[in-house]
Amino acid sequence: MEQRMLISAKGLSVSYRMNKGLFSHSSLRAVDNVSFNIRKGSFFGLVGESGSGKTTLGRALLLAAPISGGEAIYQDDEVRYDLTQIEKAELGDYRRRAQLIFQDPYAALSPRMTVRDIIAEPLEVMNITASREETDARVREIADKCRLNLEHLRRFPHAFSGGQRQRISIARALVSGPQFIIADEAVAALDVSIQADVLNLLKQLQAEMGLTFMFISHDLSVVAHTCDHVAVMYLGRLVEIAPTRKLFAAPKHPYTKALFSAIPSLNPDDRGKAQKLEGEIPSPTNQPRGCKFHTRCPHAIDICKSAEPILETVETEHDVACHRWKELFA
Amino acid sequence: MSALIDVQNLTLEFSTDEGLITAVDNVSFSLNRGEVMGLVGESGSGKSVTAKSLMHLNPANAIYGPKSRITLNTDTGPVDVLSLKRPADLKVVRGGAISMIFQEPMASFAPSISIGKQMIEQLQLHSEMSRAQAREISVEMLDRVGISDPSRRIDQYAFELSGGMRQRAMIAMALSTKPKLLIADEPTTALDVTIQAQVLDLMKDLVKEYDMGIIFITHDLGVVAQTADKVSVMYLGRLVEEGPVREVINQPKHPYTRGLLAALPRLDDLDAPLTPVPGDIPSPLERPDGCVFSTRCKEVVGPVCSAQIPLEEWVDPSHRVACHLHQKESL
Repeated sequence: MEQRMLISAKGLSVSYRMNKGLFSHSSLRAVDNVSFNIRKGSFFGLVGESGSGKTTLGRALLLAAPISGGEAIYQDDEVRYDLTQIEKAELGDYRRRAQLIFQDPYAALSPRMTVRDIIAEPLEVMNITASREETDARVREIADKCRLNLEHLRRFPHAFSGGQRQRISIARALVSGPQFIIADEAVAALDVSIQADVLNLLKQLQAEMGLTFMFISHDLSVVAHTCDHVAVMYLGRLVEIAPTRKLFAAPKHPYTKALFSAIPSLNPDDRGKAQKLEGEIPSPTNQPRGCKFHTRCPHAIDICKSAEPILETVETEHDVACHRWKELFA
Repeated sequence: MSALIDVQNLTLEFSTDEGLITAVDNVSFSLNRGEVMGLVGESGSGKSVTAKSLMHLNPANAIYGPKSRITLNTDTGPVDVLSLKRPADLKVVRGGAISMIFQEPMASFAPSISIGKQMIEQLQLHSEMSRAQAREISVEMLDRVGISDPSRRIDQYAFELSGGMRQRAMIAMALSTKPKLLIADEPTTALDVTIQAQVLDLMKDLVKEYDMGIIFITHDLGVVAQTADKVSVMYLGRLVEEGPVREVINQPKHPYTRGLLAALPRLDDLDAPLTPVPGDIPSPLERPDGCVFSTRCKEVVGPVCSAQIPLEEWVDPSHRVACHLHQKESL
């Protein structure tokens, strides 16, 4: 089965320069040597604790964070861009093809613009439409797809609830006709009853419009229900990637396993059964040697403290970076 | 033994430029010592306002209904919370016998005053302790909640601590006055699942150790299932269902509780569709007549739902629900 990759990243790194005093500086590796592919038309989940580098990785793919090494290729049916050396002229076109949905629908919409103007802004900024009539037609079409009431287009965002606002944000992201959408914690700020509605809408839009999603979230149960593939990040590294079902049925990295175990179960009889992960994610400026996870890993042995495991393919489409996955989880 | 806190017919309206807004509508519940109550509902359901009423902490435009009673039973006798007026009298419900933990610890600590100074200040406010004693107790509490090197950490500022550490410090501060009732308003929502598990464990240990009652406000039913003894579900200011945690989660009686559970992505069944509760929670200015949930309910019995307020029915001695569905069944 041959399926085309929309995004292929190899050894991608993002680092920031940290000034320490007047003349010395060090670098902070927020994303460190990650490789993955995102299939066209798939829902790719990215999970990990805060500080793991999920958002930075997403931003790097949108060219909103400085890529310091490795390569990332974007390829759809029309164009192919090497994101590490994209030219200025191509950048505008790429921005039309890759869009972002933000977490907080209260902060992401300008309170002084009408819903129509908010959704139309990308079209005007990118000079996509030629006339006001064309802009209006595009806005109405996309607003309808996102199940917004067309009579509400003249209102201001304050009149809408969280779920409606998030649908406005989605319409704004989709109006330029993108192929690739990064949804960064897009449902985290919503109530569960609304969250389900927005997730269903995203799935439906993906199917109708053939979109590819990178879905960044800290909520594993949401990811399990939405994504086809899931990548787990820890301190800038990818520690495990697998198709969702495989990952949830049989995680092969101790960190993935601990993350799953920490999700509060809906069954009151499961109390006390969760396996607890001690400590916190270390600071990216002061990273441990060897496996980044060894300071919290219940299975760490000597080799984990000195040598960093590489991401290896252990089964079809299932990659793990752990020295001991074979004895622990095989 | 009388309950630790007893709330009867709590009704609370806010007077605003747009008119009177009903935030809490005839809510009654009680909580014993050593008991954890989960208070669930969407944003706008009145959970936080209800909890703040227990500390008489609502703004000046809040109007309590004439039949509203909140009684706190302390070691020195019952306190009628809503009749407290003078700041000196209010101390007992504000940090004395009742403490509160908020959702966002970064916003709850003053950024330019060290953690220790804030802890010491509140201890001195609620007791006759000297500075040195208060500091000693604060260090002990920080140690108790699992903050390493507490005698150094106590002089740090909130921004120097990670999210999980800040929430632990918040818990240490709330518990240092040895309150009888702890109100935790979404205490783990801003935390990662791994840190959330640690903080929840800590809270469970502390309830046992101090024999406190906890009101745990959250929208996460998973968290409730893992921590609470009983659950109260609120919608648009009304308490629609209350019962033991197992019964409410395994056999929810109110259509709203069922809706919340169906909307939740479940890990044990990845194929189950996510079913949203249709529509949005109405604005408090446009409260529906009759049952407040009737505008979004999938199990409407008939015109009675939008005409009459459903009465509370006890489906068993510890489980009550306010829904016409069950009133019809019991006829």
